[in-house]
Amino acid sequence: MTVRMPEADSAVLAKRDRIVAGLRAIVAGEGVIATEREMKPFESDGLTAYRQLPMVVVLPETTEQVSQVLAYCHGEGVKVVPRGAGTSLSGGALPLADGVLLGMAKFNRIRDIDFANRVVVVEPGVTNLAVSNAVAHAGFYYAPDPSSQIACTIGGNVAENSGGVHCLKYGMTTNNVLGCELVLMNGEVLRLGGKHLDAAGYDLLGLITGSEGLLGVVTEVTVRILQKAECARAVLVGFPTSEDAGTCVSRIIGAGIIPAGMEMMDRMAIHVVEEFVHAGYPLDVEALLIVEIDGPRAEVDHLIGRVEQIAKQCRSMTCRVSNSEDERLLFWSGRKAAFGAVGRISPDYFCMDGTIPRARLPQVLAAMKTMAEKYQLRVANVFHAGDGNLHPLILYDANIPGELDRAEQFGADVLKLCVKVGGVLTGEHGVGVEKRDLMGEMFSELDLAAQQRVKCAFDEKGLLNPGKVFPTLHSCAELGRIHISGGKLPFPDIPRF
Amino acid sequence: MTDRLKPRDAKEVEDAVRWALGHDKALELAGQGSKRAIGRPSQTDLTLDLSGLSGVTLYEPAELVLSARAGTPLAEIEALLATNNQELAFEPMDYGPLFGLEAGKGTIGGAIAANLSGPRRIKAGAARDHFLGVTAVTGRAETIKSGGRVVKNVTGYDMCKVLAGSWGTLAAMTDVTVKVLPKAETEATVIVEGLDDARASAAMAAAMGSSCDVSGAAHLPDHVASWFDGLPKPEAATALRLEGVAPSVAHRQQTLAALMKPFGPVALLDEKDSRALWRSVRQVKPFAAESARERPLWRISTAPSKGHEIAALITPAAQMFYDWAGGLIWAAMPFAHEPDAASIRGAVASLGGHATLVRAPASLRASIDVFEPEAAGLRGLSKRVKEGFDPKGVLNPGRMWAGV
Repeated sequence: MTVRMPEADSAVLAKRDRIVAGLRAIVAGEGVIATEREMKPFESDGLTAYRQLPMVVVLPETTEQVSQVLAYCHGEGVKVVPRGAGTSLSGGALPLADGVLLGMAKFNRIRDIDFANRVVVVEPGVTNLAVSNAVAHAGFYYAPDPSSQIACTIGGNVAENSGGVHCLKYGMTTNNVLGCELVLMNGEVLRLGGKHLDAAGYDLLGLITGSEGLLGVVTEVTVRILQKAECARAVLVGFPTSEDAGTCVSRIIGAGIIPAGMEMMDRMAIHVVEEFVHAGYPLDVEALLIVEIDGPRAEVDHLIGRVEQIAKQCRSMTCRVSNSEDERLLFWSGRKAAFGAVGRISPDYFCMDGTIPRARLPQVLAAMKTMAEKYQLRVANVFHAGDGNLHPLILYDANIPGELDRAEQFGADVLKLCVKVGGVLTGEHGVGVEKRDLMGEMFSELDLAAQQRVKCAFDEKGLLNPGKVFPTLHSCAELGRIHISGGKLPFPDIPRF
Repeated sequence: MTDRLKPRDAKEVEDAVRWALGHDKALELAGQGSKRAIGRPSQTDLTLDLSGLSGVTLYEPAELVLSARAGTPLAEIEALLATNNQELAFEPMDYGPLFGLEAGKGTIGGAIAANLSGPRRIKAGAARDHFLGVTAVTGRAETIKSGGRVVKNVTGYDMCKVLAGSWGTLAAMTDVTVKVLPKAETEATVIVEGLDDARASAAMAAAMGSSCDVSGAAHLPDHVASWFDGLPKPEAATALRLEGVAPSVAHRQQTLAALMKPFGPVALLDEKDSRALWRSVRQVKPFAAESARERPLWRISTAPSKGHEIAALITPAAQMFYDWAGGLIWAAMPFAHEPDAASIRGAVASLGGHATLVRAPASLRASIDVFEPEAAGLRGLSKRVKEGFDPKGVLNPGRMWAGV
């Protein structure tokens, strides 16, 4: 383990048996898991380099149980780590040795499908794809489509403000959620929003989306659904340089076109996936761009033509337009298999996640080439070109001494560079534990204190998912103090009137 | 008249708040002051005039991003965006005329602080969905930042979301970054004539559930229809806007008209009339008229299908119209001192949603709830959030709820 987690509370560990019994009184039978062997599946999430057995696993089935479990833990001073499907790539569901791992997977019911209002009310353990599948018969779907959508849960999507390829046009989770039921760490159950379209007061729903399981446990979500576009077509374009690909992206946007998705892959990524999937990707290009346009047929055909024109003006070496649904899916098959394909050529990899202003891509790619040499590791790049969200895949072999460390340092250098060029540490995977210690690259002490005061409003004891997102924990009492220094009359040389 | 402090830059905003904090003063935050009369009447000592913080600081059309000081006039930003065929897609609605002020006023900071979102909210999202980054001075006189200039950003809590729609009660924004989007090449509107509110609700649902990509859905009942611009007749009109490239708009207009025919007679508005209509919807035109300005005005937000049911529970003498496919109701009460609050609060309590008394005499706004009263748990949480940002209540205290 190369990341420090909060000190385990020996007093809590000493009363483990009593706590397990207390939890069994709330969630009966197999809803409480306390043997090491049975807790093993929960010791890690998608960031598999980090593992930690929790003190006990609890799998509630009702909001009432969640409320009682949290209230109990609050009273006993026991930390809680919530978990959806455990697909987090930033260690968001990494357990604590002295904490309860609260698995929400049993909350798997779709409660209400309301086409008149174009919303679906779901329990947080429902998978992202299951929502779309439930409304597909009426031609609807749920837009945010993270790559893990077959497995990841809506509750997890809310915690991470998940994105996906199509969030360029359709927004991220936060733009597609209208309401939720939330249980606070002290057991209080609150409702935020609903089927209506804006907040009654403070936008607390917006605040908890992307809060990585630190502010409350979500027990119900109301999401927006959209009618599927009449048609979708894609263009697959190969460029001699990433600069040319980047210019093409800028010109498409500059022409007033917002594609449904725009994805870029570098040479390494192209080769890796082509060997695996045989999608017909060109092997002699430095950058590959997939541009998808969806909408009414008349609009799609018109805009695809314009995109093709623009691509040709940007020195494209190859340019193919999909003429059937099968062909469109073929274009995407390589990109969608990228992470899996990388697994063929390397035992391990870190999937990084930073966002940069799009125009800086060539600069960042060049810098990563230098880092790859410095750290003696390979890197393949997949890039959400439409919104600047970069996924460098840093390949390593954990069995070779030192490679894991070098890979982590490489990753940290990439993220610091993202911030340096005007971007951010994480575009969609969250801070979790992975990027926690880099928060100071983006935020000052005052910035972090303001965020921690928000935390204090929701969880004063700091028992919900400590050790994630924020590198230093201050007590709420400390944060609550105000230092007033009086101050002179502000800007006295300006006349007041 | 209150004393006024007018900082020239962000540093002076911090100085002003620090001074207020140290001298137990409460500040009313104002950009151009176009929304001063919204909210509970201010119990403040001075006005913090932020209009001096003006100017666009970054605009990259190809990156779809613009940053500006919070006091920059909306009109200036919109004009700049128009030169590159771009816009603020959330189409901020305009409170000005409702208060007898000129249209087209207000600052970008004010638009965000009030989460002003017009008809296109149903497709493009609200102001809060386009708000990417902020620098602000909290009620602790601390300058903080959050977010950035990129859309894909989940680094730390989304402080922009809680600041949007917070009516200046949590922090004084000094710099804001917003997402901008291309303007549509053209637009047109399909009108279904003569529908009652319930039927209109069904028509709008059908339109929104189609793949026609509707970007505005409003129902203008008989009693207010004549106030709107661009309509073919002064009778009930259910209006559905289509935007995009010309061939697409033409094609979709045909498809949507056919879909709407079973509901009632269909009329089509060209680009010019369509723009005029939706501008008058944005400006809440019927209730901006001289004769209407004394009358209490409610803004009710609910599930689109419930809009007409809520309307049925309000006094029949009220005048109203619907936006957001029925999910937003503007309701004007007939008499200055009779807001009919009990019916409206009761209606949203039973059918869902919330109501804000956006316009009423100060004495009324001081004596009844203006923003929707919160259930106990939520009230406690809102208070604690406020205390985190502004423990001494320096910024717009009591603007939204008493004691917060």
